[in-house]
This record gives sequence, structure tokens and C-alpha cells, in this order.
Amino acid sequence: MTTPLHRYRIVQWIDYRLPIFSWTNEHLVEYPAPRNLNYWWNFGSLAGIMLVVQIITGIILAMHYTPHVDYAFNSTEHIMRDVEWGWMMRYLHANGASMFFVVVYIHIFRGFYYGSYKSPREILWWMGVLILFLMMGSSFLGYVLPWGQMSFWAATVITNLISAIPWIGETLVQWLWGGFSVANPTLNRFFSLHYLLPFLLCAVVFIHLWALHHRKSNNPLGIDVKSPKDTIPFSPYYTVKDLVGLGVMFFVLAIFVFYLPNFLGESINYIKADPLVTPPHIVPEWYFLPYYAILRAVPDKLGGVIAMVASIAILFVLPWLDTSKVRSARFRPIYKQFFWIFLADCFVLGWVGANPVEGSFILIGRIATVYYFAHFLIILPLLGKFERTKPLPESIHQAVLAKKGGADASGAPPDSSAGSSPGGAA
Amino acid sequence: MRAQLFAIAATLGLVFAGIGNAVAAGSAAEPPDHEWQHTGVFGTFDRGELQRGFQVFQEVCASCHSLDFIAFRNLLDIGFDVDQIKAIAAEYEVEDGPDNEGEMFMRTAKGSDYFPAPFANPQAARASNGGAFPPDLSVIVKARDGGLNYLYGILTGYEEEAPEGFELAEGMNYNHYFPGHQIAMPEPLYEEAVEYADGTEPTLEQLAHDVSVFLAWTAEPELEIRKKTGLKVLIFIAIFTALIYIIKRRVWAKLH
Repeated sequence: MTTPLHRYRIVQWIDYRLPIFSWTNEHLVEYPAPRNLNYWWNFGSLAGIMLVVQIITGIILAMHYTPHVDYAFNSTEHIMRDVEWGWMMRYLHANGASMFFVVVYIHIFRGFYYGSYKSPREILWWMGVLILFLMMGSSFLGYVLPWGQMSFWAATVITNLISAIPWIGETLVQWLWGGFSVANPTLNRFFSLHYLLPFLLCAVVFIHLWALHHRKSNNPLGIDVKSPKDTIPFSPYYTVKDLVGLGVMFFVLAIFVFYLPNFLGESINYIKADPLVTPPHIVPEWYFLPYYAILRAVPDKLGGVIAMVASIAILFVLPWLDTSKVRSARFRPIYKQFFWIFLADCFVLGWVGANPVEGSFILIGRIATVYYFAHFLIILPLLGKFERTKPLPESIHQAVLAKKGGADASGAPPDSSAGSSPGGAA
Repeated sequence: MRAQLFAIAATLGLVFAGIGNAVAAGSAAEPPDHEWQHTGVFGTFDRGELQRGFQVFQEVCASCHSLDFIAFRNLLDIGFDVDQIKAIAAEYEVEDGPDNEGEMFMRTAKGSDYFPAPFANPQAARASNGGAFPPDLSVIVKARDGGLNYLYGILTGYEEEAPEGFELAEGMNYNHYFPGHQIAMPEPLYEEAVEYADGTEPTLEQLAHDVSVFLAWTAEPELEIRKKTGLKVLIFIAIFTALIYIIKRRVWAKLH
């Protein structure tokens, strides 16, 4: 090994027995990354950082929180008022959850745009979908803990979905509740599970990274790395580039934590849970709104639950639904259009999810739901067959150098007017 | 790239507008925007408003509403000194015990005690208020859509007579800004309801304003330190990110 650290005898001694220095060097320093990764490639590491933020703030909050129906709400206020910097820990954790989802959703849509789920990265993609499922479970469980009105009623609505399962649903949901309704045993186990899931998440993240480092990163051109000229070492190039994104992310997070801490929350969650008073509108957190819209778009309870679960589970088979051989949307002019329409469709679903099921929202919600599935089940399979893709560049370094030397001296991000300059060089 | 950003911005705008509509749809008339000193980025609480608001709470609200999360010691934050707080606490009796005989007993309140609730339990509160439950006011500003403006709207939005054609139930009162307009709480504030210790003229608007500010503080006692810390944090991150960006440009410039 050639790392300068290995000059030190103590490092040699340790590394011979446990190769942590070689390992770090291999995966964080010399790790060969495509030289053309743009800022959209920040979001994986940003998601990892957010997981760490959530775990640290969460552990501190758990030191002061009491998972009991009589004390949970009060202990949350105790954290806000009496614990040193407790308000900051809680607001970081609550808004951090939203930040985590923002970052992960961007990360997923980056994958959609550049075809990162395609061979040989299917298992990497599966781990990502599993991470999304675990995140959703974890954030749902966490939202219940302050034991406000929305905590209680969201827990009631969501756990009740399980009762839609034929034959065993009722039994299953009572087993989950630990009784005949959401109550103290439910709160207790939700706290326990909320503490458990992030560590499962870490394990899946590890597998996600293992698969990533085995087959290496995709890139904005979507073509394979062919020679060492196509790559640059992770450090310093991508450590410093990721740090730029990290700064921007923390800036945005800080604006919410310090100036708009309750902007994303529901005001009625500052009313202590009351099983006898049902709120007029029960809405989930913003990051669940699209799925909530899909759930309610189906007029049958079981059907709605199946559609909602399928809306995420369909991602597992995405690598085979998308039949195109070309990864990046830069060379797929029609897919690129459908990508933006699909993104807009997800926002429409979110908007419908935030509104009551009445009037035109019912129809809009159903159309948007049908389109959501049509994107995966009809558009993507057909596009691969009929779309005429643009010619791919010979190699990553040729495309990058052509761009550098060509007309593009203005320093515009590599994503603009994709087809023209690299295509000409090839 | 630019087109992408536009598309993202447009869709985000659409969604936030949608969410805003959804929130607004549930309430009655939108309470007007009132001017507050502490809501801006640099805004801090006015100690005079806070102390007058506390007086309004003590003399008016506290006869029906509890303030469970506020201890007398917390009043240090709004500008009272230790002796004043001891004097304020001394006006209250709290239950303590059990003593060595196993009996509960009443004693004078201390700075470490929380504000005693006016009713022993929700049932007693309902029994004394025509079946309606006066909510705890500690976090009321955070617990209502519209927050401060809503609170101020409620306090100043009473009408002696319901508009013609409006069926007002027995024992209810008409309020412009309460969802459904029928509120069980009788008009709590009126001109000169309180004689201010500092000589400020106690108009209805002044009373409502002061007590709203006081309740904004009880809901967010960390507000001032939060914003102050936030400013430092943002400046730090901005400089950090700018420096990192410069380094990034330099590091990458060597690449070709």
C-alpha cells in the first residue's frame, strides 16, 4: 500500500492486524470515481450525513423523553423548555427528518434521470428501495412519539390500514397495538422500534455502499468507465465537492430549525392526544402525501393499501420495466420529457394528498394515480423499444475534454444542452 | 439546467400554494395580519408587553385557563427579578405532601412551582364552564392554525349580536374568527378590564396585543436565543461553504 500514513510504524502495526487504514484509503481516498459526476451526485453522501444527524439528535432526545401516554407530551415540552439546547435537538430532529426525505427523494430522482438502477446496479437499487421503506417506517414511528393529536390520529389511521388484510388483518392490528386501540402499549413499542430501525437502516446502507463500491458509481453520461483516464480519486475531488453540498444543505436546514421550526408541522400536534376528539383533517407529513393520495384514490380499502404499497414496491422491478439499453436521459430525448412529467405527477399527487377527498380532487387524484403506474408499466417498457436514442460518446474523458476545449468556456454546469457538444465530438 | 430549475421552482410553488389552501379551508374568516415586534428575523420580545400581558393573563385568563408548562421561575425570562418572582409566587397556594403524617397540605408557592390550574380536573373545568373545556394556554399559539393573528383575532373578534339569520345556540357567543363562529368562551377582554401597573392605556386592542405576546412567549420561550443562535449558525455556514467552494474550484482546476 502506498498511502503516506503507512510511514508510521504504529499505523503499519495496526494495519497488518486490522486493515482499517488500507480500507479507508481504498474506499474514501483512492476510490476511483467517474470524473464527470455533477452536483446531483452529492445527494447520496448528504443522505448518509442526515442519517448520522438523526441518530445523534435522536439518542440525545431519548435521554430526556418518556414513552408513556401520560408523560410523552409533557416530556417533549420538558425537552423544549428545561433541557439545555433541548429545543435545538428536537427541532433539528423534526426538521432533519424532512431534510433527510428531501435529500433522499432527490437522490432517487437522480437515479431515475441517469438510469442508475440499470445493470449491473440492480441490487444496489434494491437496497436503496429497502432504505426508503425503512425510512418511512422510522419516520412514521417517530411522529407518534410526541403524542400530540396528529401523532395519535395518524397512528390510528395508518395502523388501521393493516386491518384491511383479509382474514388475519384484525388480529394482526391488535397484535401490533398491544390492545384494542392505539394506547400506552402501542406508544411503548413504537418508541422501541423507532430506536431500532435506524440501526437496521445503517446495515442496509452498508450493503448499499458495498454494492456501490463493487460496481462503482454511474455517471451523468451513463456509459461505463473504460480506462483509468475516465476516473479521478474520490479524495480530494469528491470529498471537497460533497462538502460544498453539505454546506448548502446545512444552510437550508438551519433556516428551518432556527427561523421556521414548525413550518412543516401540524399545529394540532401541539394539542395533547385525545382519543375522544377526532381532528377535522388528518393529514400525514408532507413526505407521505403522494402515497396518501394513492391510498385514497382507490375506492376500496384493501385496494388502496395494495396500490399504496405497490407504488413503492414497483421500484424493485424498475430495472426490468425500463427496457432501454441507454442509461442516461441525456441521450433519451423522449424519456427526458416523460421524466419531468412523472416528477410533476408526483407533485400533483402530493398536492391532492394534502387536500380532503372531495370535488375535483377525487378525479385529479385518480388520474394522477393511474398515470403514476402507467409511467412504470406502460411508458417505460414501450419507450425502450421505440425511442431513438442519441449517439453515446466514446468515453467519459473524451466527452469531458471535448466540452472543456469546445465552445463551452462559460463554466456552465455540465448538464445544459446535453446532446450538442459531446455528441459532436463523438 | 436553467429550464430544469424553473420546472422545479414552478412545481414547488404549485404544491405549497395547494398546501396553503388546504390549511386555510378549515377555518372561518381569515384573521387580519396584526403587527408583532418579535416575529421578524431579528425580532425580540418587548419586556413591557410581556409583563403587561402576564398581568392580563393573571387577572383575566387565569380564572378559567391553566398554564401548565410555566413555572414562576420562568418569569425571570420576561424581566422580573428574583424578589418580584418570590412576591408573585407568594400570592398562590399549592398542594404539597404527603407530610410525615401522610397528609397532603397546602403551602405558599415558591419560584420552582408551576402555575396552579384553576380547576382540579377537566370534569370540574367543564362543570363550571357550561360544558366547554378551557384549554391550557402554554402552547396555544403553536397549537392553532394562524397562531398569533388567530389568537388576537379571537380576542378582538366578538360581536354582541350574531348577524341576522345566524342561529346562535344557548350560552354561546358570536366570534368572527372562531371556526363556525360559535364560541363558548364569553368575551374575555374589554376596555379597562385591567388597570395596567405601568400606566399604559388598557384599550381592548392593547390588552389583546399584550396577552397574545405573553402567550407567544409561553409557547416559545426559546424564541430569542433561537434566532440569535440561528444568525451565528447561518453566518458560519455561509462563510464555510463559500471557502469550501473556492477550495473546490482550485482543486478541480488542477485536473486538466
